[in-house]
Amino acid sequence: MTWLKKVLLPALLGLVLHAGAHGAQAQLYQVPGQAPAASKDEVQIYMDRESELRGIVSIPDRKLSVLVQPEGREWREWRTSTLRIVAAVLILGMIAAVLIFYLFKGTIRIEAGRSGRMIPRFNGLERFAHWSTATSFLVLAISGLVVTFGRPLLIPLMGHDAFTATAIVTTWLHNFFSVPFVVGLLLMIVLWIRDNIPEKSDIAWIKAGGGFLGKGPGGHPEAGRFNAGQKGVFWMVVLGGLAMAITGYLMMLPFYVTDISGQQIVHVIHGLGAAVMIAGIVAHIYIGTLGMEGAFDAMGRGEVDENWAVEHHSGWYQTMRKRLGLRTPPRRHEIGEIDHHPAGAD
Amino acid sequence: MARMKFLCDAERCIECNACVTACKNEHEVPWGINRRRVVTLNDGRPGERSISMACMHCTDAPCAAVCPVDCFYQTADGVVLHSKDLCIGCGYCFYACPFGAPQYPQATNFGSRGKMDKCTFCAAGPEQDNTPEEYQKYGSNRLAEGKLPLCAEMCSTRALMAGDGDELADIYKERVVRRGYGSGAWGWSTAYRDRQGDSFRPGSPSIEQQT
Ligand code: HEM
Repeated sequence: MTWLKKVLLPALLGLVLHAGAHGAQAQLYQVPGQAPAASKDEVQIYMDRESELRGIVSIPDRKLSVLVQPEGREWREWRTSTLRIVAAVLILGMIAAVLIFYLFKGTIRIEAGRSGRMIPRFNGLERFAHWSTATSFLVLAISGLVVTFGRPLLIPLMGHDAFTATAIVTTWLHNFFSVPFVVGLLLMIVLWIRDNIPEKSDIAWIKAGGGFLGKGPGGHPEAGRFNAGQKGVFWMVVLGGLAMAITGYLMMLPFYVTDISGQQIVHVIHGLGAAVMIAGIVAHIYIGTLGMEGAFDAMGRGEVDENWAVEHHSGWYQTMRKRLGLRTPPRRHEIGEIDHHPAGAD
Repeated sequence: MARMKFLCDAERCIECNACVTACKNEHEVPWGINRRRVVTLNDGRPGERSISMACMHCTDAPCAAVCPVDCFYQTADGVVLHSKDLCIGCGYCFYACPFGAPQYPQATNFGSRGKMDKCTFCAAGPEQDNTPEEYQKYGSNRLAEGKLPLCAEMCSTRALMAGDGDELADIYKERVVRRGYGSGAWGWSTAYRDRQGDSFRPGSPSIEQQT
């Protein structure tokens, strides 16, 4: 117990003396700073205090020690106006861009027609990862947008009571679907990251305008398993998705990690990320379905037509050819019956 | 019609926390929810001041503006109230509130934090006045009985005042002239000065849309 006397007592004594000194000082400073007001008209009732004011409270809730937090005003502006404008412009803008593109270019066909011979592209685990994240993403996006736009758009339609009931369900869905979203996301990282490292041929692919934009007949830029566009989608989903997950869980557990200004920033990142990602995914969904013939098969059934592979992923196709031991060149079928691979040797 | 406000005279507040206790007791506020609190600035240093703070019932209330389900309304007296039947516990009003007034029964419930609770200026909520249901959800409704908020009524130094804003300002100014100093009404420039909008209630266009 001697350490107690040696360390604790002097420390305590010091504390008491210290506090005492402050008390004495405070008395000296009793004279207020400003000149006394001579009449009631001179008395300032409004004080302009734009900076955050933090003191101490005796209750066990530290965040309540903030007396005034003017940042709330900026966050309000963000939440009631900026976020809605940014999200609407990005998402509607992308939908419009995709529609216009479709009207002018239509579906990108497999130029050589379907060969009828299928090359395996994504196995069951890969497709599980993709669809786990994809379906969760759709639920997360729609349920999130209900929170963002429900007040101006849905309350006038369904009334306050029905909207509250809806919002309770959608926020519950939003929380629940974060789990399969993250599971799929982590799986995709593990399964695909090595095929998505940027390389030299990506630059050539971008210069050639990709497989989608500036392509003339026969001018398909060469690409490996994933072309530069798909790599872009991969990194957007991975980095964006991780950012959404981290900020999302920080909002689910408010004030566990960060304080009020931190929570506001977390919300801004989550909202902005949502707008960017939804817009990006609109384009992704378009290319994977309506926009390009044969693309959906890759994620739908897990295998792609040989001619699609030749045209869009020639590098990858060559590797697969070797691996599968294909000897004949790809056939040009108009509408061929489907010949799964590896089924019959050629 | 009166415009109800709070005014805390920091030169008088002695940090006794009687307002906090009175509030808790009057409304049987559960543990962890602090409708009112006393914040001490510069504790133990020259210029120490204590301020009793709760919802200030702002003119253009940020909580009401950001609420995704539009559950707030303002009474004709300027008191900002909300409907716990509509609230989804998202926590956004706390992010927007300059004074940290909104409180939640749960830190998290995987998303929902329970129905938000805050100072009602002792005017309870949208339920029928002075019914058990109203008391259960929002606490007592002293305003409907013709009484002012209890926190201010029992403040021993009359630091915390509640009532018509013009009268409060008048009393405060007189005090400042007599004693020769005063640093202004805490929170007033943030709560009341920006815009003098009309009352708003769920369903009516909110102030952000009017201006
Ligand atoms: C792991 C994933 C995610 C988690 C844990 C998560 C969590 C959250 C939480 C807690 C909120 C606050 C809303 C409330 O409590 O009422 C929120 C809002 C929101 N989230 Fe997510 N989220 C995730 C992913 C996503 C994704 C992928 C998107 C979009 C594609 C998204 C879009 C939104 C939107 C639009 C809002 C509403 C923002 C607002 O209007 O204030 N979230 N999210």
